[in-house]
Amino acid sequence: MTGVIIAGAAETDQLGKLPDHSALQLHAEAALNAVADAGLTLKDIDGIATVSSPGPVQIAHSLGIVPRWMDGTGVGGTSFLLHVRHAAAAIMAGYASTVLITHGESGRSRVGAARFAPAPSSIQGQFEAPYGVFGATTAFTIPALRYMKDYGLTHEQLAYVAVAQRRWAAKNPRAMYRDPITVDDVLASRMVAYPFHLLECCLVTDGGGALILTSADRAGEFPKPAVHVLGTGESSETPVISQMADFTESQAFRLAGQAAFAEAGIGTGDVGHLMIYDAFAHLPIYGLEALGFVPKGEAGTFIADGNTEPGGSLPLNTNGGGLSYTHTGMYGMFAIQESVRQVRREAAAQVDGPEISVVLGNGGMFATSGVLVLGRHPR
Amino acid sequence: MGQKAVPVPTPDTQPFWDGCAAGELRIQRCLDCDQPYFYPRPVCPACGSARVDWFTASGEATLYSYVINHRPAPGFEDEAPYAIAVVQLAEGPRMMANLIGVPNTPEDLVLDMPLRVTFTRRGDLSLPLFTPAATAPETAP
Repeated sequence: MTGVIIAGAAETDQLGKLPDHSALQLHAEAALNAVADAGLTLKDIDGIATVSSPGPVQIAHSLGIVPRWMDGTGVGGTSFLLHVRHAAAAIMAGYASTVLITHGESGRSRVGAARFAPAPSSIQGQFEAPYGVFGATTAFTIPALRYMKDYGLTHEQLAYVAVAQRRWAAKNPRAMYRDPITVDDVLASRMVAYPFHLLECCLVTDGGGALILTSADRAGEFPKPAVHVLGTGESSETPVISQMADFTESQAFRLAGQAAFAEAGIGTGDVGHLMIYDAFAHLPIYGLEALGFVPKGEAGTFIADGNTEPGGSLPLNTNGGGLSYTHTGMYGMFAIQESVRQVRREAAAQVDGPEISVVLGNGGMFATSGVLVLGRHPR
Repeated sequence: MGQKAVPVPTPDTQPFWDGCAAGELRIQRCLDCDQPYFYPRPVCPACGSARVDWFTASGEATLYSYVINHRPAPGFEDEAPYAIAVVQLAEGPRMMANLIGVPNTPEDLVLDMPLRVTFTRRGDLSLPLFTPAATAPETAP
């Protein structure tokens, strides 16, 4: 274990379409909510972490925080899991005592946001963009057909990932999409990038979230139950999808998971609740296999058999996930938030008493990964 | 309608684009461990050696994976839906490409089908694409 706890956690008041909120407002609102959740004030914060834009300097300055430790790691949607890991190390080293990690993104309304295009001299600009790559739907999706051919995953099984997660979302008043769907609904939705239909792609929303981390010897000082950071891992594989070593598995998911499980001293059998970053329907499949919950090639069947939905043996993406709950662009913060709620027993779709929850984050397009093992008790 | 993205070479990648202009697919190989690799970069990803050199690949490849994109990038409006593929070169490395000379449909694009390189004009550069190995040489529009 790391010796660190999550003492405060909160999202913005609203998620979805928020054209009146800048990204900075979303950061600030989430930060204030998380500080209040921990029963603290901003003056208690001495460490700050957030992704490079607007970045830790801007966020700290906007909130009147003078940090003695900061982290601006920006490696995509998993960055916040890495911030937790780096903050845990910093707290144990004495570089900070109380760290604020924030996320805010106007992913849908694009308030003040620049149009995204890679520099034409970058590797993406030279070797991807000329082929009509245009956002994650056109590149993150490419490995799936190889997996389908090699392991027999069917279009219906891929569609079922969205069906299973919608069943969780139906229980969550804050989820953006809550109406039940069927495999036929998914396969009848508009084709975005074959083999992916619209309902197999994540939402695009506005929103934010924030966390407060501190030393585990302060557990009990805060209004909410402490969530212990038992294990952490991180890794990266490739900046461009074409260079994944094997299109049927994520090396970064696997290595980050192995590090986190080893630090926590747990196995898959200890895990009562699981979040896997789901920008697209194939990610839970890759994630379940990378973490060792099912043998290679069997995750599609495992999900289609109902194991991950309400009433199943391994509750997965219980907020509804990026497919149904929210996805601002960097979803990792929301996956952590749901794990914290589940461990605290305050989730909308509360699972029966999970002692340990695992969060698997993805950054870029299978580019980076972070994994957290969170627990109700120290180990 | 926008314009298709045009690459801008760097010193690391210029030999690749010079090869394309000459109708050759030039990639790199490590002089110490013999590992061929792509995309162009100064250090062998297998052994860390900086003793690397360029060679002309055969241009033969197979179809490793793809999507058929229905939401076109700027400049691709008239071609949608179009395939964005990753091909595996006969020498081993993989690269992204578009596929021409074959309908871009799931029925016509079969994984592992044999392909070979062809080139098309893009701005001042020549851009590699792939086409089924069975078809005659052609130039993309």
